[in-house]
Amino acid sequence: MALQSQSNTRRAYRLFRDNVFAGMFFGSVAVGILVLAWLLTEVIVDSVGWLDWQFLTSYSSRHPVDAGVLAPIAGTFWVIILTAVMTVPVGVATAVYLEEFAPDNRLTRLIQLNISNLAGVPSVVYGLLGLAIFVQYLFDGQRSLLAGALTLSLLVMPIVIIASQEALRAVPSSYRDAAYAMGATRWQVVKMVVLPQAVPSIMSGIILAMSRAIGETAPILVVSSLVFITYVPTSPTDRFTVLPLQIVTWVSQPQDDFRNIAAAAIIILLVMLLTMNALAIYIRAKFQRRAEY
Amino acid sequence: MATEQRTMVIRPDTEGIEARRDAAPRTSYSLRKDERDLARHRKRRHIEQVAVLWILRAAAMISILTTIGIVAVLVSQSIGFFQEEVCVLNEGAPIKPCEPGVNGEMSRVGVFDFLTGTNWSPLFKPYRDLGQSFGVVPLVTGTFLVAAVAGVVSLGLGMGAAIFLSEYAPENVRRIIKPILEVLAGIPTVVYGYFALLAVGPALRFLIGDEHLGTFSALSAGLVMGIMIMPMVTTLSEDAMISVPRSLRDAAYALGATRFEVATKVVVPAALSGIVSSFILAVSRAVGETMIVYLAAGGRPNLTLNPLEAVQAMTAFIVNVALGDTPHGEIEYYTIFVVGLLLFAITLLMNTLGRWVVQRFRQVYE
Repeated sequence: MALQSQSNTRRAYRLFRDNVFAGMFFGSVAVGILVLAWLLTEVIVDSVGWLDWQFLTSYSSRHPVDAGVLAPIAGTFWVIILTAVMTVPVGVATAVYLEEFAPDNRLTRLIQLNISNLAGVPSVVYGLLGLAIFVQYLFDGQRSLLAGALTLSLLVMPIVIIASQEALRAVPSSYRDAAYAMGATRWQVVKMVVLPQAVPSIMSGIILAMSRAIGETAPILVVSSLVFITYVPTSPTDRFTVLPLQIVTWVSQPQDDFRNIAAAAIIILLVMLLTMNALAIYIRAKFQRRAEY
Repeated sequence: MATEQRTMVIRPDTEGIEARRDAAPRTSYSLRKDERDLARHRKRRHIEQVAVLWILRAAAMISILTTIGIVAVLVSQSIGFFQEEVCVLNEGAPIKPCEPGVNGEMSRVGVFDFLTGTNWSPLFKPYRDLGQSFGVVPLVTGTFLVAAVAGVVSLGLGMGAAIFLSEYAPENVRRIIKPILEVLAGIPTVVYGYFALLAVGPALRFLIGDEHLGTFSALSAGLVMGIMIMPMVTTLSEDAMISVPRSLRDAAYALGATRFEVATKVVVPAALSGIVSSFILAVSRAVGETMIVYLAAGGRPNLTLNPLEAVQAMTAFIVNVALGDTPHGEIEYYTIFVVGLLLFAITLLMNTLGRWVVQRFRQVYE
């Protein structure tokens, strides 16, 4: 009898503990979501009344009321397009080589290990690489758009490679076998069968990599440094600024008004990222429907 | 779609041959021509194949070249740093113009002094003559102080969230919550910097009191960074937990275990290598993170283990100096590379360790 009641208490305790921890585990999820909500509220509240047409079409200014983000928006578009043009061919080619052509030997494994190591290198180190090789050596001290785009290109290359590899791996091997059986060479198989199948997935990986590049601040900061730019860059050798740099400049100012325009610029940055991510998800979803048969 | 196109390519080809056969009876001359065409076609195909292979190989080499470039740049500029003669400050000496033998000496910075020195005051022009000191320890402790706060936050929250998602949450809840948490990982770091400096910092000062906490602190930077790397811990840990086989859980439930007991006594121990690895990788990410510490942790080197104080992290120092438009080839220019080399080495070591843990201690189930 005593034993029975003791085991009942013990059982009640264990169930109680189970429920308490269920609450705590859910709590940690809730903390993450609440902080996200807090962050977004903060940005939106700070930017109310500051995000208008004048803000989108003006250059930076010492007076927060007159300031705008035309130069950084133009710079961001320039950098992203240049980065994509340089990253995509090399990244996809590397992935095709590793997945479809490379023999399984020590060199291939070294390249693969190297790519995952590059993905873990702090972004500011890429900035140092860009500063020493592109700015100082290649462009003779000129902090140009091209130097910034080259740096970002090396930074997001591992992401593009890994995403493309996954896309290629997802193409069923029966497709390849069918093409080989018809006498196609390896390159013909890749060109006519594997790549067309993998393109949507690769595209969505590329868009996600570019959205990472848009938000990167540290490497651009090292390569470009903070500059006061009141023009829209017209050639890849021009000096430039991007949205994250403009945000850093404004956040560092002591006056409260700068905090508001920083929040407004953050909204623009987040909307750009959201659009790109939605596009990537849309492309992927469409592709998944197609691959079902 | 793609299949149709391929059959289209093949059909006109055979039709073409048939048509030619009907039009003119085959002579021995045209037969040789066909063979020649075929040989030429094969040769072209072969050349194409070889050319493509070399182009693809060259592309793959770019990633190797990137690594070589990073190491070469960091090491060569660091050698420049250790070869430069500077006025090294004697401990406790008054700050006066450098007079060799009096308050400082013109000498090179030793590698050992750099790694173990506890005073980081790389006074730049025009104060350089007052004497400089290059002991990197305060920057390293600053970095790890912030990373430690971030590690505690991300381990606690990330593990909790991972257990909730893999052991408690029904599938439909999981499908909603996971993407929301992953949004946290997609927010640019500069936005987190803004958040740490202008929202979390003031909120903490309100809670703890202005006299204990300044505008910049390792605590506010670390807390926000912890939130940023939490999804990484959650995703990687949850992957490890989900791959623990159902049969282990069922056995424990059959013995009357509660969900909490199954989670902590069966699933977590079985997935431990994945969890530890996710934690190491996340902290390595925190060590390499720049914008949060640059904006919110402070800009002065400070040798302390108190998270309420302001500290300067290695990455923040690099950005700080890089912004000053430093002239190429001066000691100022070299310092950012030598700090960068140390940062690169630390993160590489941690990433390798993280991967090694998961490979070495992975439980493989049939």
